[in-house]
Amino acid sequence: MAGRLSMVNTASFENSRYALAKKIPILDRTLSKGHAEVGISAFAFLFSEMLQYSQKRVNGIQDLERKLADFGYRVGIRALELITWRDKGGKRETRVLNVLYFVHSVMWKSLFGKQADSLEKSTDNEDEYMISDNDPVVTRYISVPREYSSLNCGAFIAGIVEAVLDGSQFPARVSAHSNPMEGYPGRTTLVIKFDKSVMEREKDAEPKR
Amino acid sequence: MSYFVVVGTRDNPLYEAEFGLARSDLKREEHKHLNQFIVHAALDMVDEAMWGTKEMYLKTVDKFNDFFVSAYVTASGIRFMLLHDSPNSDGIRNFFTETHELFIKTLLNPFYELNAPITSPTFDTKVKALGKKYLG
Repeated sequence: MAGRLSMVNTASFENSRYALAKKIPILDRTLSKGHAEVGISAFAFLFSEMLQYSQKRVNGIQDLERKLADFGYRVGIRALELITWRDKGGKRETRVLNVLYFVHSVMWKSLFGKQADSLEKSTDNEDEYMISDNDPVVTRYISVPREYSSLNCGAFIAGIVEAVLDGSQFPARVSAHSNPMEGYPGRTTLVIKFDKSVMEREKDAEPKR
Repeated sequence: MSYFVVVGTRDNPLYEAEFGLARSDLKREEHKHLNQFIVHAALDMVDEAMWGTKEMYLKTVDKFNDFFVSAYVTASGIRFMLLHDSPNSDGIRNFFTETHELFIKTLLNPFYELNAPITSPTFDTKVKALGKKYLG
């Protein structure tokens, strides 16, 4: 089926049903590598509920985006630990480019079933990078009313990415922007701006000539 | 004797345990505080050592008299610190790896917040069992 995506989960669906029936405590369940897939309709439904829930509790678009990012942060910090354990054999990242590549490929693949569509460095600023996705699942079934035109639900993904970078000790500010291209109306670009401390450490880590 | 502590991203302790207390250790009640001091001092060494390698297990990062401090850094910057008096690299590596797995499972629980103390009695029992198995 074309429209399926994989999600972070402690066990495959069958496994967790088994675990529930048997009441296996979470610390006894396996963290196995089996990649669980979740139906896209189930995800879209849950995400739309999340949006409605948040919308009732905020004033304004910025507030709403912050709330979505907070939701994402909770996902991201867990995804980071789990994906590193599952897919990377327990290696941490210590350089800016490597951690960005991890987000762009390994993490994106594990969360959304494919790599992100581009990873670019800003030409204006040393400390800015951009990750774009042509058709992120969080915007695929959301049509934003005109009065909310600056809202991008990619704020949720921005929160995930921020948590991953934060957790890996690369503090950064991540924001989501709509960046439509021909054929890809939902294209979203995440702008990542690293903290000053990260850039200083990166300079020290350069091999000395 | 060994003393194990999980340290959160804000240098806050999340979980503590002691393994293999000999009878002679029981008399030295004041050492409990000393343990915390030694491990806290070693956190700076971890901050330095963690950027030199991609490995999570940093081996021995600090020494204090007859004691060694071994450390392990997880992907999200949580640190496992172990104060021990006999070098036992492989056992400690296994202990850290398996404790890490338990920690991930704890973290995946949506009711557990990052940097909150770990109060689960199951976690405690399991870590103590691992301590007995690998650290003697």
